[in-house]
Amino acid sequence: MTDQLSRAFQALADPTRRDLVARLAADGDASVGDLAAPYDVTVQAVSKHVKVLEEAGLVSRSRDAQRRPVHLEAEVLDLMTKWIERYRQQAEERFGRLDAVLAAMDDSDDGDGASTGSTTETEAS
Amino acid sequence: MKTQNQTQIEAVPDLPVIRIIREFEAPPERVFRAYVDPELFAQWCGPRSIDTRVDRWDARTGGEWRYTASRAGDDFTMGFWGSFHEVRPAERIVQTWAFDGNPDGVSLETVTFEELDGGRCRVTSQSVVESMEIRDQMMASGMETGVREGYEQLDELLEGEA
Repeated sequence: MTDQLSRAFQALADPTRRDLVARLAADGDASVGDLAAPYDVTVQAVSKHVKVLEEAGLVSRSRDAQRRPVHLEAEVLDLMTKWIERYRQQAEERFGRLDAVLAAMDDSDDGDGASTGSTTETEAS
Repeated sequence: MKTQNQTQIEAVPDLPVIRIIREFEAPPERVFRAYVDPELFAQWCGPRSIDTRVDRWDARTGGEWRYTASRAGDDFTMGFWGSFHEVRPAERIVQTWAFDGNPDGVSLETVTFEELDGGRCRVTSQSVVESMEIRDQMMASGMETGVREGYEQLDELLEGEA
């Protein structure tokens, strides 16, 4: 699962591929030709980008339909978002503790430089 | 304090960089102190279940630091260490980070303290790691504690809003 996420993150490291994903998310399924239209690059180049996204599990293409529309796999994108959200919550937890420390500092506050060693220089610059 | 400031995470897609942005209800001088004072730092740096023992702490430009994280009730310990590349009071801390789990790996963190109106402060922490893979692993690390304590915090939040 982590591997799939790594591939997904790597696939989205490219700005064109991020743009493709954003457009698929906004406009729904589209053919490679449609996707290529706004760019100043060949359909082949866009097709390669789509292939990278496909290998990363971010998009799929139906085998039967003639246009083989590119379909965004929203669940994978959702997984990535959740993953970042977990990391964010972890950081949030940590900063919540810092909030508490800062609130406790309010009372004893600035001036006596606390009791802890040579490390706290608070000269105003 | 009622205000709940939101932590913002930016994983720069093209670079092995993670940026964390958070505002605090305290002026830069005070937030800076909570970062450089070892006793204060130990109070907030690790999860609730983890005890932090500061072994070395010389929060000056060119100084070094080391702490050991341990969990009461089992054998888990993990050492973290690095150097203070630059410590500029109430403005900026640049330090390297390594840990026992991956002793050859090192990341570079730049923390800036930005003064906001009303005696508040915006902290931006930017970490540069060695590869996209490591960046992604970092994002995945601590998922268990992150999830559990994240939910605890969610509960607290929901209680507050009820």
